[in-house]
Amino acid sequence: MKSSFLIYALVTLALLSYALYQGMVAAPTERTMGEIQRIFYYHVPSAWTAFLCFIANFVASITYLVRRNPKADAIAVTTAEVGVVFTTVVLITGPLWAKPVWGIWWTWDARLTTTLVLWLIYVSYLMFRRFSTGQQTATLAAALAIFGFIDVPIVYMSIRWWRTQHPKPVIAGGAGSGIDPEMWSALLWNLAAFVAFAGLLIWVRYRLERTRQQIDEMHALRALASTEGTLTR
Amino acid sequence: MSRTATLTISNLAKDLRLEWRSKDALNAMLFFALLVAVIFSFSFDPTAEESRRIAGGLIWVAFLFAAIVALNQAWARELRNQVLDAYRVSPGPANALFLGKALGNFVFISVIELLLAPLFVIFYNLRSIGPAYQLVIVAVLGTWALVANGTFFAALSLRTRSREVMLPLLLFPISIPALLGMVEGTTAILTGESSPRLWINLLLVYDVVFTTVCLLLFETVLHAE
Repeated sequence: MKSSFLIYALVTLALLSYALYQGMVAAPTERTMGEIQRIFYYHVPSAWTAFLCFIANFVASITYLVRRNPKADAIAVTTAEVGVVFTTVVLITGPLWAKPVWGIWWTWDARLTTTLVLWLIYVSYLMFRRFSTGQQTATLAAALAIFGFIDVPIVYMSIRWWRTQHPKPVIAGGAGSGIDPEMWSALLWNLAAFVAFAGLLIWVRYRLERTRQQIDEMHALRALASTEGTLTR
Repeated sequence: MSRTATLTISNLAKDLRLEWRSKDALNAMLFFALLVAVIFSFSFDPTAEESRRIAGGLIWVAFLFAAIVALNQAWARELRNQVLDAYRVSPGPANALFLGKALGNFVFISVIELLLAPLFVIFYNLRSIGPAYQLVIVAVLGTWALVANGTFFAALSLRTRSREVMLPLLLFPISIPALLGMVEGTTAILTGESSPRLWINLLLVYDVVFTTVCLLLFETVLHAE
């Protein structure tokens, strides 16, 4: 366990370093936006990583409701936390990129607003877990996670009808779209590195959450044992 | 009549009777929404033309806040004398309890809307340019969207610390598409500039999806240990 974690951490570190080189040096400078476009290699992979985390959270929540396995709950809470962190990165790098390119920090466009709402939904999920007391937290949180995940496509559609400014999907948006092959490779390296990094964070946080669950269980057992002792006495 | 329907009706009748005798939730909501309406008019002071554009937002935000007041109280009386625990061990279907409660809240909030809508018309000099009957459709669908999820989340937040604060924290983010539909739909009808059809469809989809999810998950939440 310890050694596999160490190997994984080293691989992640190597990936992150190589992706940094790819994004900052190897990828060509974009024609109109210039160097600022390199934020793309952090903005987009963070967004995709966050979505992966929320999908994992949704699957883990359903698994928990079906199987009642505390491991599924531990995965749900960790993926939600890491997802919120990466969504925060998206929400910070977005305005940093938008200001020089669009001339504004923020606009209430479909994808920006959806990302913000996504962030709000999962922050409220984490707050609920924090405020919830007692044994049912895992079950109630799983129900809430399902609501949150189902809401995301509805939010996206509703805000798309409301207004839109974010560039159309650049990567597979039909004729005239597409990016330089070297930009592609920088993007994919960064995506791999970010997913690996998220996996590393989830791993650490998961161990911590499992330990917390086991301590809780031990406390509960001890309390039970002590009441039994008083009853027999 | 099925058992669920009978139980839903008896739950609803009980809630309505209790509310009719105490009028706690109705009075609190009515006064609260009235205060919001007055405070908004101080902070905006709009002309008739402007007010038509912002009224949709003002009205629904006022009703949303008022609804929170009622929803927070919705399960409180079931906690007294362990009524909820009794329900848990009874063979009655959980969804009957949920539907009865949600329908009860729907009636309370609709009453508030009916009483306060004329007041908004007077305060903000509103006159609908589009077909006004569509406002009723938006109101019914929008209120149900708030009430179904609100009743569910109130049941969730029952078991948290500081539950009164928890409910809006859970309900507001998830309700954003519904609120957008209500506000944009109302504005479209009041200004008559565009068709509210899109927003009515959005509310319809939202209602169907989330009512289904609520009914699927309520039993799990009620029996959560």
